[in-house]
Amino acid sequence: MNILFDERLDGALPTVDAEATLQRLREALPGMTLLHSEEDRRPFECDGLSAYRVMPMLVALPETLEQVTTLLRTCHALQVPVVTRGAGTGLSGGALPLEKGVLLVMSRFNRILELDPDARIARVQPGVRNLAISEAAAPHGLYYAPDPSSQIACSIGGNVAENAGGVHCLKYGLTVHNVLALEVITMEGEPMTIGSEALDAPGFDLLALFHGSEGMLGIITEVTVKLLPRPQSAKVIMASFDDLGKAGRAVGDIIAAGIVPGGLEMMDNLAIRAAEDFIHAGYPVEAEAILLCELDGVEADVADDCQRVREVLAQAGATGIILARDDAERARFWAGRKNAFPAVGRLSPDYYCMDGTIPRRELPRVLKGIAELSDESGLRVANVFHAGDGNLHPLILFDANRSGELALAESVGGRILELCVEVGGTITGEHGVGREKINQMCAQFEDAEITVFHAVKAAFDPEGLLNPGKNIPTLARCAEYGAMHVHDNQLPHPELPRF
Amino acid sequence: MDPDATSGPDTGDQDSAAQLCARVAEANSAGTPLRIAGGGTKAFYGRTVDAPALELTGHRGITHYDPVELVVSVRAGTPLTELERTLAASGQQLPFEPPHFGSAATVGGMVSTGLSGPRRPWSGAVRDFVLGTRLISHDGQHLRFGGEVMKNVAGYDLSRLVTGAQGTLGVITEVSLKVLPLPGAAHSLRLQLPLEAAMAKLAKWGRQPVPLTAAAWHDGALHLRLEGGARSVDANRARLGGETLDPDFWRQLREHELPFFDPADPRPLWRLSVPHTTPPVDLDGDWLLDWAGAQRWLRSELPASAIREAATRAGGHATCYTPSAAEPFTPLGPVLAKYHRQVKARLDPKGIFNPGRLYRDL
Repeated sequence: MNILFDERLDGALPTVDAEATLQRLREALPGMTLLHSEEDRRPFECDGLSAYRVMPMLVALPETLEQVTTLLRTCHALQVPVVTRGAGTGLSGGALPLEKGVLLVMSRFNRILELDPDARIARVQPGVRNLAISEAAAPHGLYYAPDPSSQIACSIGGNVAENAGGVHCLKYGLTVHNVLALEVITMEGEPMTIGSEALDAPGFDLLALFHGSEGMLGIITEVTVKLLPRPQSAKVIMASFDDLGKAGRAVGDIIAAGIVPGGLEMMDNLAIRAAEDFIHAGYPVEAEAILLCELDGVEADVADDCQRVREVLAQAGATGIILARDDAERARFWAGRKNAFPAVGRLSPDYYCMDGTIPRRELPRVLKGIAELSDESGLRVANVFHAGDGNLHPLILFDANRSGELALAESVGGRILELCVEVGGTITGEHGVGREKINQMCAQFEDAEITVFHAVKAAFDPEGLLNPGKNIPTLARCAEYGAMHVHDNQLPHPELPRF
Repeated sequence: MDPDATSGPDTGDQDSAAQLCARVAEANSAGTPLRIAGGGTKAFYGRTVDAPALELTGHRGITHYDPVELVVSVRAGTPLTELERTLAASGQQLPFEPPHFGSAATVGGMVSTGLSGPRRPWSGAVRDFVLGTRLISHDGQHLRFGGEVMKNVAGYDLSRLVTGAQGTLGVITEVSLKVLPLPGAAHSLRLQLPLEAAMAKLAKWGRQPVPLTAAAWHDGALHLRLEGGARSVDANRARLGGETLDPDFWRQLREHELPFFDPADPRPLWRLSVPHTTPPVDLDGDWLLDWAGAQRWLRSELPASAIREAATRAGGHATCYTPSAAEPFTPLGPVLAKYHRQVKARLDPKGIFNPGRLYRDL
């Protein structure tokens, strides 16, 4: 099933006259940058999921809230779809443009409006980069906790839209746990404050609802984030294992010991080798798996926890246990992990990154399933996990220039996600559904649940103008997807094992 | 682990989902509202719903608990004490310290009201620990949102949307919660300090690695709780000084059993939720500050409008905790109210779920 917008399955889009829309927007917004030539629009045809590209009809780069409001009101009046984009680093095609839609790029809203060290909050515009918040807070001994791997480039508006995670979620939560308030403009151009600098707000928890809503309920124009005091001490232990299963069990053993690590990451041999070649992190290239366990907090507690974790790891059969000697070595250990995606990218012309989350106890079964899919398809899979919270990032290596390999990689990826659902997990832990996982939503949810999602969408955007086709599949798409599964012999790769 | 091992005569495992779904479908067909009822301990918290009760207490039991996964799934009618006992037996807890307000309190009531206790500013609120829910929709279908995993961004976050929505969007029948280990060590203490000085100290400690997990000020004294590893708790205990406080203080605070909350006091009880750095609010009455200043209790005869205006000016809101208040919750602005109405209309088109519980028109 094609991933690009298909009106037959995804619903009819309004008839849009590109020339007339350009004309009307120019009249309404004479001062706003509006890109319409093909060469100007080209850089915006994809986000971080670069295998899928669509040329947007128009690209708008507003700089003021008035411009955003007028743009939305005009598009609403003309019934022109709007896709919002931040830094364009998203991995699920959440900002994939529409041929018949305006791409609203929020990157010029890049100012930190307020940073209050006593209140431990920062009020920022949506285009501010994730890492820039922590950099601005650093002189006060504070930081912003969620740290997706793309944190040097990704923007906070996109983090909210996708409810971004990172390597410290088990202890510090996702974006939704670290945002206090949003300023939002609806498709009809109405401004609304959601949440507050207090710890709760009256009414429904729309703050939670907007997290991960992928630009389908409103446009985020301001974000108030919580800042945390930098932990007094942070230590990283790297443990090597000669068996993936042992490493998986060690993760459970650490949690069972009553320890909640700041970060707990796992990589398999292919990922270890790739990262070591690229970053020279000091990883043991012969190991079948490594665990990186970060313990942070008050110094005395961290020292005690380090000792206990070493004991647990030894008991679990680790073949090597190394405590990073200093901050430089700790940073190096993390650099290998945080650069695992580009490192794996050097092994192969293309890779496809999955994002399933499973109950940790199912790790051995899922790893075995992934290995079988890899053997059967002939595509290598490198595994990088946020092991502490069961979030898997299998990276499927392929060559898009070889006929059929992209489709094969998609098929393997789809099967991995279905396996995650089957063991009680989810198709996406932190990257979002976007366009990429729109079909697998049908595996995770029943029609009645998808109907409720559409009801929520309709409460904010009854005409379906905000980011149509993302996040929630139509029932027609699910019917087609279901039919594919019923008639196994019609699947694109019937030779692959199913679970 | 046997969840029934420590339970009393009135607990057990009972799945009434099918009957509940049938009742909802019937009510929806007839267009007759339902009042969703648990243990009734938080019935005072909100507007009165005049409708036949849909009793959830018969739908109870812990359906899945795996301490190593840090997740528990539990039916809505399960007594909160039963859940907390089960977790404690495995050295774990609900970190947000939910108030019970009576022995009949249920898990469903905890999630529906979304109320959290003294640890909230440091741990997060109920909504921060909700991973998934099972929900009966207006047409009587039993749906599942979220799940038992820590990270899940598939679809809209219905589970958190219904947390604190007081049953106005659907019937919560089951919830999956993240749980955490009990702290290794704890110490509670009391420091004689005027309010301004206490707030200055809290602002300073907030930027330092002090393992605080509760901070309340009342009647010239700052009450603190330290939790963490034994060594850090001991070190900070020595550093902060003060006199040792009975840790039951926090339970009494959470349950409104301190003398400040005496139900015989004729003055209405108000809760102001404001940014924690808000200077002392100039309103006549008695004050008790919790959540390091982010949750402020006020006993005052002042009109609701004066109290709400002061809370709003500070960037927060005010809730009246005295039963039978005409409008317990701060009214929403016009745009927010419009989208609340639209969410309600889409998820409960015939208005059968707890109509008017939060606001007259929801």
